[in-house]
Amino acid sequence: MAYSEKVIDHYQNPRNIGTLDKTSQNVGTGLVGAPECGDVMRLQIKVNDETGIIEDAKFKTFGCGSAIASSSLATEWLKGKTIDQAMEIDNMDIVEELALPPVKIHCSVLAEDAIKAAINDYRVKKGIEPIDDK
Amino acid sequence: MLKLPIYLDNNATTKPDPQVVEAMLPYFTEFYGNAASRNHSFGWKAEEAVDYARQQVADLINANSKEIIFTSGATESNNLAIKGVFEMYREKGNHIITVNIEHKAVLDTCRHLEKMGAEVTYLKPSIDGLVSIEQIKNAIKPETILITVMYANNEIGCINPIKEIGELAHQNNILFHTDATQAIGKIPVDVIADNIDLASFSGHKIYGPKGIGALYVRRKNPRVKVTSQIDGGGHERGMRSGTLNVTGIVGLGKACEIAGKQMAEESQRLSKLRDKLEAELLKLEETYLNGSITKRLPHVSNISFKYIEGEGLMMGVKDIAVSSGSACTSASLEPSYVLKNLGLDDELAHSSLRFGLGRFTTEEEIDYTIEHVKTAVTKLREMSPLWEMFKEGIDLKTVEWTEH
Repeated sequence: MAYSEKVIDHYQNPRNIGTLDKTSQNVGTGLVGAPECGDVMRLQIKVNDETGIIEDAKFKTFGCGSAIASSSLATEWLKGKTIDQAMEIDNMDIVEELALPPVKIHCSVLAEDAIKAAINDYRVKKGIEPIDDK
Repeated sequence: MLKLPIYLDNNATTKPDPQVVEAMLPYFTEFYGNAASRNHSFGWKAEEAVDYARQQVADLINANSKEIIFTSGATESNNLAIKGVFEMYREKGNHIITVNIEHKAVLDTCRHLEKMGAEVTYLKPSIDGLVSIEQIKNAIKPETILITVMYANNEIGCINPIKEIGELAHQNNILFHTDATQAIGKIPVDVIADNIDLASFSGHKIYGPKGIGALYVRRKNPRVKVTSQIDGGGHERGMRSGTLNVTGIVGLGKACEIAGKQMAEESQRLSKLRDKLEAELLKLEETYLNGSITKRLPHVSNISFKYIEGEGLMMGVKDIAVSSGSACTSASLEPSYVLKNLGLDDELAHSSLRFGLGRFTTEEEIDYTIEHVKTAVTKLREMSPLWEMFKEGIDLKTVEWTEH
């Protein structure tokens, strides 16, 4: 199975690798996956409390090239979006953008889960009810 | 000059030796006769080539040429040996002993026979991949007709105590089959000294062609018989029908001849290179060798790079062909059952790479591999949340993960 050019690009030049202060009140952290399943994503967003806009996003991922690319792409998309807009990112958008094959769809699902987990972490910090997406 | 990509997946398959290809060519073009055609020179020529190759194969393992049955490969040989013994000796008993890190061609064949009334004991090896004589001894029952234990493992390269297992089998009047696919041509295999009754192997793992393999079936002390699994014209002493793959057989024979001549020197050269690669990579923090370090094939190294995922790592060294026990490289999304059955955490199985050196591996290639694997590991750890947590002193076992 060959990787798409976009997956290779994100893998070789991952955007926004790093760590935000998870104790900060305007940082939301999502940690999804499990080491024994072979992929773990940690995605963080820094939200401007006044505008509700995501000012910064960082990730770290343990996983295959497609998992790394999916989370890298997610951080790229998150920056500049409002929380509500971010909630609308669908895993199939990631599949399409990166041309992921069927066997790699779970990587995009994990990235979507990571986005939602980060947003909910932020919401809980702000005393807002977490969104149950399921 | 270093030529990319580098092939370090020699346990999956090997590059045919140019001498093998050369030996085969005339049998595609000129000598295309059917070895079973007894009444013209085309047939004679083919038969002569098959006889010669059969001797070359037999010589490599100290067998008699009459004890070599040609098949399509080790998978077929394993099927023929295990199913064939079960059917032939069914009246004597129905119990088979094997190990749960055998190749799928053995394990799935055993599973198949369970449906046909066989009882199978799947022994669990020690963490280094080896099965002990004690374990086998304890598993033997009056109904045991076959012990099947691989000579060397395909993922970690560990070598089982074959001679002792064979001795134990013979003391108990039980037949002993070994899947010797990874061992033959790489380390000395002697069916007499090793007390082997049946041995499976293939051409493409020893610098020969794909689609050809053999099963050694002992003719004396004891005389072993297997029920054929492919019926037809009664070729191969009735044990395996089908027009002989003369070209493939010639290739297999030549491959065996070369292996016999070069094995001693080759294994020494490769183990030196392997040890260099391994020593350098194990210098990386949180890096572990899988399987036995002492009882092992000279050309294999299986290493887990903790906190990074195998397929991700393979992508980082895309000019180096290796394989991984990670789930992502398999269709099933399950990590390697071999590593799991050794008792390794799934996490370590996901993080493993197998380096398989071969006849054409050069020191320059090993140096390139060392450098590039090290760089990729460091880079991927920088982007691994697990590595960060490890560095912060967080015990990953205490984290509540969201399994999916």
